Amino acid sequence: MKGIISYGAYVPYNRLQRKKISEFFGKLGPAGEKAVAGYDEDSISMGVEAALDCLNGINPHDVDAVYFATVSSPYKEKGSVGTIATALSLKETVRGIETASSLRSGTSSMLSAQPDEKTLVIASDCRTGAPTGQNELWFGDGAVSFLMGSGDNVIASMVDQGSLQGEIISQWRSQEDRFTQTWEERLGSTVFLKQVKETITPFLERNSRSADSLSKVIISGPGIRAHSQAASALGFKKEQLENPLFDSVGDTGNAHAPMMLVSALETAKPGDQLLVIAFAEGLDYMLFEVTDAIKELKDRKGVNGCLAFKNDQILYSDYLKWRDLIETEPARRPATDRPSAPALYRKHRQNLSFTGSKCRRCGTARFPHQRVCIQCQAKDEMEDYCFVGQSAKVMTYTLDHLAASPAPPMIVAVIDFVHGGRIICEVTDCSPAEIEIGMNMEMTFRRLYEAGGISNYFWKARPIRQKESV
Amino acid sequence: MSRKGISDKVAVIGMGCTRFAEHWDKSVEDLLVEAAYEAFNDAGIEPKDIEAAWLGTMISGYAGITLSGALKTQYIPVTRVENMCATGSEAFRNACYAVASGAYDMVLAIGVEKLKDSGLSGLNTPKPPSDGTAPNFSAPASFSFLAPAYFKKYGLTKEQGREVLSRIAYKNHYNGSLNPKAQYRSEVPMDKISNSPLVAAPLGIMDCSGVADGAAAAIIVRSEDAHKYSKEPMYVKALSIAAGPGDGRLRQDFDFTSIKENVVASQAAYREAGIKDPRKEISMAEVHDCFTPTELVIYEDLGLSERGQGWKDVLNGVFELDGELPVNPDGGLKSFGHPIGASGLRMLYEMYLQFQGKAGKRQLDNPKLGLTHNLGGSPMQCVSFVSVVGKELS
Repeated sequence: MKGIISYGAYVPYNRLQRKKISEFFGKLGPAGEKAVAGYDEDSISMGVEAALDCLNGINPHDVDAVYFATVSSPYKEKGSVGTIATALSLKETVRGIETASSLRSGTSSMLSAQPDEKTLVIASDCRTGAPTGQNELWFGDGAVSFLMGSGDNVIASMVDQGSLQGEIISQWRSQEDRFTQTWEERLGSTVFLKQVKETITPFLERNSRSADSLSKVIISGPGIRAHSQAASALGFKKEQLENPLFDSVGDTGNAHAPMMLVSALETAKPGDQLLVIAFAEGLDYMLFEVTDAIKELKDRKGVNGCLAFKNDQILYSDYLKWRDLIETEPARRPATDRPSAPALYRKHRQNLSFTGSKCRRCGTARFPHQRVCIQCQAKDEMEDYCFVGQSAKVMTYTLDHLAASPAPPMIVAVIDFVHGGRIICEVTDCSPAEIEIGMNMEMTFRRLYEAGGISNYFWKARPIRQKESV
Repeated sequence: MSRKGISDKVAVIGMGCTRFAEHWDKSVEDLLVEAAYEAFNDAGIEPKDIEAAWLGTMISGYAGITLSGALKTQYIPVTRVENMCATGSEAFRNACYAVASGAYDMVLAIGVEKLKDSGLSGLNTPKPPSDGTAPNFSAPASFSFLAPAYFKKYGLTKEQGREVLSRIAYKNHYNGSLNPKAQYRSEVPMDKISNSPLVAAPLGIMDCSGVADGAAAAIIVRSEDAHKYSKEPMYVKALSIAAGPGDGRLRQDFDFTSIKENVVASQAAYREAGIKDPRKEISMAEVHDCFTPTELVIYEDLGLSERGQGWKDVLNGVFELDGELPVNPDGGLKSFGHPIGASGLRMLYEMYLQFQGKAGKRQLDNPKLGLTHNLGGSPMQCVSFVSVVGKELS
């Protein structure tokens, strides 16, 4: 029986308080906050971060297939799987597909995973609602990843699964639309309720599960209320309903139901039964049974780890700038050139998987890859050396107010890796007041910029934040 | 002429330097003509006497024709050189070696830059097509790495460090206030320097050299011919340049309190000039004060201060106009701005004026030996140029 072997999550460090949006437009609005991708993040970069969390302790070469589920791919034409597979150091022969446009792609990818393979599912979204609208308030950004497969290390077995194709225009965005459009919410919620009653009740009967036998019910429906209506229609109590994360993250599109599932797994015990229902033009549904193996799962950030640290002081104007929703005075600096495709091609492995070189003669590690060793001058005595996951410290730094940046000042630091090697790079998810010499850092996968329609992905440093005992 | 090295083989017999400023009304051609003709007149020669020329410019024109077209030189060889911010010094260095080789009797070294036509802030270096992953930080940012690293290593508080950097800027602006060719010609109070708006923290705008247009030129002949043209030629004692492999980018033992290119270039120059104790033997120095912490580190790299003592020497006034070893007596990049191709030759122009007693209110008491230092690149990786020039033959 197939199931979940491992999970990971990524919620961006930046959170926008909803009242700041409402206040800007002179209205009263809902409480809570939404997770906002930084100016250097998108569905690919967040997806890679979630997958790195998921693959903690797992050999990336063991992955047979990768599914990337998003409706907010940076390209309308050009796949993301090559970028993701390289960033994660998956084997070159990994099978991969990008499942775009459906908000059920994340759960459908989980359904499609084959029991005899190890499938890495990544669901990630970064959607933009039109300013003043409900979608802007409730959408959030984030990503989730599962490694699916079979065997003793499955932490949650997929007892049963199913799909319902139920065509409806509820939420949509055309090739030309910039923002997601939504029909009157009651249409979607009425149809959703009908689909749930007609489908899930027999599904539970088929599996001999009563409502009270389930530990958690994970429901992602249309809008922000339908999930609780569906739960009570099915006879579930309030405490069985998994928190939809609207207050802390928002509706993360393809990642929404999967992210709630990760949340549920973070507190699950062996034997727990978990029901997942995801809506978009019909339903995907899954029944999981948590196994003893969950006790052996290595520590990871997950949803809770990400929620523990945040910058909730960003302004609505920051968000508008980062999303290119307002035009601002350009910096008096040269425009960013489109990166050279041949140069990107030559260095794609080095840049995306952050692999430098280690000199076989003197043993010193460097990034980027060098032909001649700077320590012992040996020529072409290098082997590949990956810096991902290595801890590092700030050697010195600066706050660059002159450099063109969507969030000035640009923090630039000289980063020394604990096991050797140095990089001078931008520091992200860090306030200028925080940075100091000796600070512990780790590398994070980011989109540096888009120029000429090309998104350029690379790594930046971010502070390692220890759990505060608040 | 079988002796290795350049010492005493060539001399400067004429120099010219435009005012460094925001020359909204002057083109590259105007600046080149002004600097070159001032040098021709100073040397008492005709343009046709020049047998070859070296033009230093980083972004203001391509090829030797930028100069030959401006001066209408008549089919003589003109070489355009570029070595980032050390471009002007590099033009001078190549011209000197050409004369020393015996290939030519008289050559022109000239540097020019027109930075104010771009409409952009700071310095903007054109970049070749690349993968675009290098962080796009500014020049002040790369030099500002030096400040916190230096303060931490030598135990300076932020406030002490701030005072040291401000004293360097204060000194250079004071010197510049005495110089009619400087871009900025007024003193700047310490508290204005210390509280200037941040550019690349901890550096404020007053820690940075200005952005200016300008040109400077030198006429070079063999030393034995110098007195045919000039009563007071300036003799070249040493020229050296060191290009770094990039230690600062790659090696953890590079700690941002020293720039090895400076150390290597200055030691080579001292060997060539026969200098044992630079602090005692050198009368004055023009160094690359692109940003205040650069000048602090240069004192130590060039052996003008002991390691870790540069900041104390600053506070003790060692490098001020009336101090033990005046540094940047003309006001430095701080007062002149930094038209890249011109700056290295502007530094030599001050040496030349000082030796001839023509430095006006800045005039030092009978200087005999001077040093210029010009740096192109960043602390992590650069070309560093050092010259030693003298009033007399050894």
